[in-house]
Amino acid sequence: MAQDRNHSLAYVRTDMVQDEPAPINSKGPIAWVRQNLFATIPDTILSIAAILLLFYIIPPMFRFLITDAVWTGENREACIVPGAGACWAFVDAKFSQFMYGRYPVEERWRVDLTAILLIAGTVPLAIPSVPYKKWNTIFVLVIFPILAFILLTGRLGLESVETSLWGGLLVTLVVAIVGIVVSFPFGILLALGRRSKMPIIKMLSIIFIEFWRGVPLITVLFMSSVMLPFFLPDGVSFDKLLRALVGVTLFASAYMAEVIRGGLQAIPKGQYEAGDAMALTFWQSMRLIILPQALTLVIPGIVNTFIGLFKDTTLVLIIGIFDLLGIVQLNFTDANWASAKTPATGLIFAAFIYFIFCFGMSRYSMYMERRLDTGHKS
Amino acid sequence: MNNDSNAQSSKASLLYDPVARSIFFQCLTVAIVAWLVYAGINNAITNLEKANVASGFGFLSDRSGFDVSQSLIEYTNDSSYLRAFYVGLTNTLLVSALGIFFATIIGFAVGIGRLSQNYLIRKICMVYVELLRNIPLLLQLLFWYKAVLGVLPNVRDAMQVGNIYLSNRGLAIPKFIPEAGASTIFWAFVVGIIATFVVAKWAKKRQMKTGQQFPTILVGFGLVLGLPLLALIVLGFPFVIENPELGGFNFRGGSVVLPEFVALLLGLALYTAAFIAEIVRSGILAVSKGQTEAAYALGIRPNITMRKVIVPQAMRVVIPPLTSQYLNLTKNSSLAVAIGYPDLVAIFSGTVLNQTGQAVEVVLMTMLVYLFLSLVTSTFMNWFNSRVSLVER
Amino acid sequence: MKTKIFTGMLASAALALSASTASAATLDDVKAKGFVQCGVSTGLSGFSAPNDAGEWSGIDVEYCRGVAAAVFGDPSKVKFTALTAKERFTALQSGEIDILSRNTTWTMSRDTQLGLNFAGVNYYDGQGFMVRKALGLNSALELSGASVCVQTGTTTELNLTDYFKANNMEYKPVVFEKLEEVNAAYAANRCDVYTTDASGLYSIRLTLDNPDEHTVLPEIISKEPLGPVVRQGDDQWFNIAKWTHIAMVNAEELGVTSENVDLEKDSENPNIKRLLGTEGNFGESIGLDAEWAYNIIKTVGNYGEVFDRTVGAGSPLKIERGRNALWTDGGLQYGPPIR
Repeated sequence: MAQDRNHSLAYVRTDMVQDEPAPINSKGPIAWVRQNLFATIPDTILSIAAILLLFYIIPPMFRFLITDAVWTGENREACIVPGAGACWAFVDAKFSQFMYGRYPVEERWRVDLTAILLIAGTVPLAIPSVPYKKWNTIFVLVIFPILAFILLTGRLGLESVETSLWGGLLVTLVVAIVGIVVSFPFGILLALGRRSKMPIIKMLSIIFIEFWRGVPLITVLFMSSVMLPFFLPDGVSFDKLLRALVGVTLFASAYMAEVIRGGLQAIPKGQYEAGDAMALTFWQSMRLIILPQALTLVIPGIVNTFIGLFKDTTLVLIIGIFDLLGIVQLNFTDANWASAKTPATGLIFAAFIYFIFCFGMSRYSMYMERRLDTGHKS
Repeated sequence: MNNDSNAQSSKASLLYDPVARSIFFQCLTVAIVAWLVYAGINNAITNLEKANVASGFGFLSDRSGFDVSQSLIEYTNDSSYLRAFYVGLTNTLLVSALGIFFATIIGFAVGIGRLSQNYLIRKICMVYVELLRNIPLLLQLLFWYKAVLGVLPNVRDAMQVGNIYLSNRGLAIPKFIPEAGASTIFWAFVVGIIATFVVAKWAKKRQMKTGQQFPTILVGFGLVLGLPLLALIVLGFPFVIENPELGGFNFRGGSVVLPEFVALLLGLALYTAAFIAEIVRSGILAVSKGQTEAAYALGIRPNITMRKVIVPQAMRVVIPPLTSQYLNLTKNSSLAVAIGYPDLVAIFSGTVLNQTGQAVEVVLMTMLVYLFLSLVTSTFMNWFNSRVSLVER
Repeated sequence: MKTKIFTGMLASAALALSASTASAATLDDVKAKGFVQCGVSTGLSGFSAPNDAGEWSGIDVEYCRGVAAAVFGDPSKVKFTALTAKERFTALQSGEIDILSRNTTWTMSRDTQLGLNFAGVNYYDGQGFMVRKALGLNSALELSGASVCVQTGTTTELNLTDYFKANNMEYKPVVFEKLEEVNAAYAANRCDVYTTDASGLYSIRLTLDNPDEHTVLPEIISKEPLGPVVRQGDDQWFNIAKWTHIAMVNAEELGVTSENVDLEKDSENPNIKRLLGTEGNFGESIGLDAEWAYNIIKTVGNYGEVFDRTVGAGSPLKIERGRNALWTDGGLQYGPPIR
């Protein structure tokens, strides 16, 4: 660094900067506005542009969604009046279809009951301070799926309901939840496989994971709907929804494996060595030491994967399964409700439902992330 | 490690020998995988044979017999299925490349905007990110498609700027049909890029030696744009311009940017930008505050601090997740099928599959293409990442 | 090791949950499981469309009910699988469905290369064009340069190309995967022309914002014989599929309807006696009981009745019989005799 003092670097100051004047008033709303909106000239330009933008967007949106909207009506007549905004009457008329699809009306209590069981199982699980986590997890991952299966498809004397009648939010949730729950154990196995010292197992795990991560979900769904039937032994065929679930699960396992691998990598080496030192077998040390820590660590990652999967379930509409978006779109062609505003209203409604779920879960994942942040980060 | 059990029978030690067990498990795994693969392929062959379904890739050379709304390469309904495959592939690559370009720009702008001093900008960027991230892309695409079609006027009332027309049939623009010598302009462009690299290298060397700065960016722009422009003037504009004209139902002549393309590009870019914004924000936040303070202490001005100190360090955190967003965008472009843009999935896994009925071959080919694109991109980005990553002692 | 356990579990789960069998003797399988699994479209009113409660209706649906009536004497013993155009043949080939009744055009390549058998034609259709009246067109030959909305995966797309090529005209295709998307695009004026089977055009026109603003051009550019499809290699089931349709057509020709079928049972007309099983043992020859046709007519109706209430005068579509009239009325529906 023995540089010539006379040598001038263009970007290094040689003279002192003049003292800046003391701030005028640094408190109160005016100061806040000055600091936050009009601090510099570019800032002022940006602020004005932003205000104009908001002015351009918000009032028309408010008019469309609320003041000009049609809230009640029997059919399209209500919504084709000139100047009408969103056609909420359409959503109102079709609401139960958006939720249950064509699930028989007299059997819908079963769907409601399943939903209540789900909430009863997951809410306590999601709140860290509630005790009995172990039993709770067993309920959610083992008992609930069995109960839900019995209730929804209709076993043990309940009237059977074909999956082709399922639809709406019900299918969206079924696909997303089955995808995440079933992919969880496979994700763990694949993650362990990818970190295994056995070269062949490691290689197979990597191939499996990279393959499913490398292809778009839509091709996976095409595969499961038009290709899979050929690869099954003669005489075996799956239900259409089940085939989609197989595709979604394979796809989700690969993403799940990567999330869990991240958790395994974050566990300090000492933990593994401690397990070895206590002469635990591989599975013992995994079960008792590594996985409990790693899985807690990856809760935010799992929630994020779930959010992704929840959004991706919309793709099943392309293979003719009517999830929430699918059934909303299907109803655009209902002659009773065809109007210029119907599609926009339906899409906004669906967007709102998806947003509520995804935003809620992403907030939860951020909360967990902050909570876990105190843990070890190597 | 049970060292004092040497006396044990060899049978037991083999059972507990980690090496033997590992070999055993691996053999077992291989056997099961091989059996599954064999059984699957075997089933497929029997089933296809029994159902009398044609199989093999011979269909690729048959005449396709259908038309495609957008094609970057020459294609008519007399072309082969293989040609249709290439049309789909190039359309996918086009929308992905442009999508990545716009998503990066918007994503960086919004990401930096979320850290802005300006309250309004900060909040608008936050609402943007939260809204777009939490709504399924497919829904957004349907929305944009409806919006694009809904906002644009009918073809007879097309908006006109010069010889450019905008309507719900797309954006009709004049087409430049190259004449002899037009390729020189392309080569001038290439030379411009190479020259810029050379100049940049020289300027860096000189700055290292003397401390003098050189306006590399300006000169670079001059070279990349100026050389082709110069070639254009020297050659006397070797293009024939074909203007779009309203004839009958649609615009004839010229080039047309399809509304499906616009909607898809818009949807993909805005959606991915929301994720990129979050990556950029966390990347910038990951650079320790001390770095900024150190730069200021050295008297470096804020924008140079950003460019030379913060961004290069943030990039290390940003690049790996950015890569996966680029890959996601490419894969998500397959949702084109829902809004009628002729991408690979729509043409090949859609029309071709339907016309030939050869589901296994077609879906497999489509998946392999995406897999190949993924592997190439991640290999490239891994190489790039290793170049910018921190070299530790 | 995860992959294999994985697939193994999936396979066994699948077996446990919803395995069905597709061996050569479809009739035995159908009888064993107690219902006919019928593939229909995801929603094309008049042919096969579910209402809000999930009850299917349409001419293709009625045909499947007819098959169920022939096999079980009960038209409700049928389950419907909604299929996209892409999935339909795979679903049949793989045994997921027993019969495909999804406004499917009978072509040589489908009949020979896909391992399928067409069991007859329950609707003679042809491809047409729908345009906005405001365009003031009278003929499809004036369509040069138009943007055409079309659904992929259909013979429609290929006919379209051929027609424009043959008439030396140009067009711009706008292709969608699903019918709803094609409808939406046409409604949004993305294209000037909507092309599909003429019957489909009438059905779709009803769902548009203002049906009176649209018109179907007179040209029919293709032959689209739509009919039920079964797998190759099971002649018994093929016969049942074939003769279910024929019985319905013959019943109309003989004037036997769901209302008078009980009276006609005492008819002295030998044709009616053979149809209703009071003479001969034709039911047995296709593996069913003697009353097979009686059950179809009693519970579903004859071809004319079905046509009328699904697509004809008694339905919102109000399509004329035209080519689908009986041969005695100048149409193409001609049932081979039962004897």
